[in-house]
Amino acid sequence: MSSLFDVFIRAVLIENLALAYFMGMCTYLAVSKQVKTTLGLGAAVIVVQSISVPLNNLIYNHLLRDGALAWLGLGHLDFSFLGLISYIGVVAAMVQILEMVLQKFLPALYNALGIFLPLLTVNCAILGASLFMVQRDYTLAESAAYGFGVGLGWAAAIVGLAGLREKVRYSDPPDGLRGLGITFVLAGIMSLAFLGISGIEL
Amino acid sequence: MKPKELITTPLIDKNPVILQVLGICPALGITNSVMTAVIMTIATTGVLVFSSVSISLIRKYIPTSVRIIIQVTIIATGVIVVDQVLQAFLPGVARTLSVFIGLIVTNCIVLGRAEAFAVKNKPWPSMLDGIGHGMGYGLVLVAVGTVREILGSGTWFNIPVLPLASEGGWYSPNQMALLAPSAFFIVGALIWVVRSNKPEQVEKPDFEEVKVVAVETAA
Repeated sequence: MSSLFDVFIRAVLIENLALAYFMGMCTYLAVSKQVKTTLGLGAAVIVVQSISVPLNNLIYNHLLRDGALAWLGLGHLDFSFLGLISYIGVVAAMVQILEMVLQKFLPALYNALGIFLPLLTVNCAILGASLFMVQRDYTLAESAAYGFGVGLGWAAAIVGLAGLREKVRYSDPPDGLRGLGITFVLAGIMSLAFLGISGIEL
Repeated sequence: MKPKELITTPLIDKNPVILQVLGICPALGITNSVMTAVIMTIATTGVLVFSSVSISLIRKYIPTSVRIIIQVTIIATGVIVVDQVLQAFLPGVARTLSVFIGLIVTNCIVLGRAEAFAVKNKPWPSMLDGIGHGMGYGLVLVAVGTVREILGSGTWFNIPVLPLASEGGWYSPNQMALLAPSAFFIVGALIWVVRSNKPEQVEKPDFEEVKVVAVETAA
């Protein structure tokens, strides 16, 4: 149990995908204007991560890895080279389903997210989480904890940035920096702060 | 739009990184040397042109509800081809870049252009659009890579530019420039420079200053 908690804390804080690995930056910078929108987006990321990481874990362990097809009597086959395309397929299917559900039940959020909802598919935080899960050889339970953790960590990071941006709205930066420019600088300072946590051992 | 404009507008006027906020992750992750930035640009442009043309060719046959899966599969195919070509002909480069070549699948500039342009336009304009965006993207990568490599390692394309203190020169490299946070600051500065010269790109303020009459509220 303690190891599951370790995996979770590590995913949320120490190895935060947005601030320590710089994944999912396009969405992170472009959709962080309002805390309200980011809460919806963060929830979407948590849902997609919590389902896609354990699902990809099952696919990797029971279909793709070396000897995984032993239950079919095909133990000599190694399909791990198909990993990338399988994971992205799972993620894309998840996002498509989420898009249809949001369009039907939460049209306001659907319109607010705009093109960044389909772009969740190519949010490298989501594919990256699946690749890290394979690289670190997590069990099913660990990968569930990890998926939820990275989703939560990413959501927390984008909500934090949106909170900062809502405050900075009332500042008066040089014209050229207004908007995107000052956001880059803000994100840089946030990630510098997170470098401070990176050395902690659990 | 005229064919020439399709190529030239993404360079500065509608640059994918600094105006459209697409493809930021590799712009931060791999720009600590100029060489990797150039190779990454070529690989990304190749995938972008391939996917834009293919998606544009079959745009009338893709059902809207499953279009993302189809587009991503096409992009992933392109990436695997680029990866195999690099491994076959440039094994050294492939070793240093392996992770980042795979990450082109998740480079939102590719899917972003497919969604925003290729699904609505004919193959030829889509190809020009792909080339233009690839080059606009490359401009930013090379600019950021130049600053980071010179400040962080004292070299440019691995050619020594600033004599290092460790080798008897005067420049002690700034380790900060090799870490990813520096890329945020450099891209931010780049946006500042471009927008100072292109006032039409400056974002409108969210609010205007107004005279507020102080109102005492009952405590």
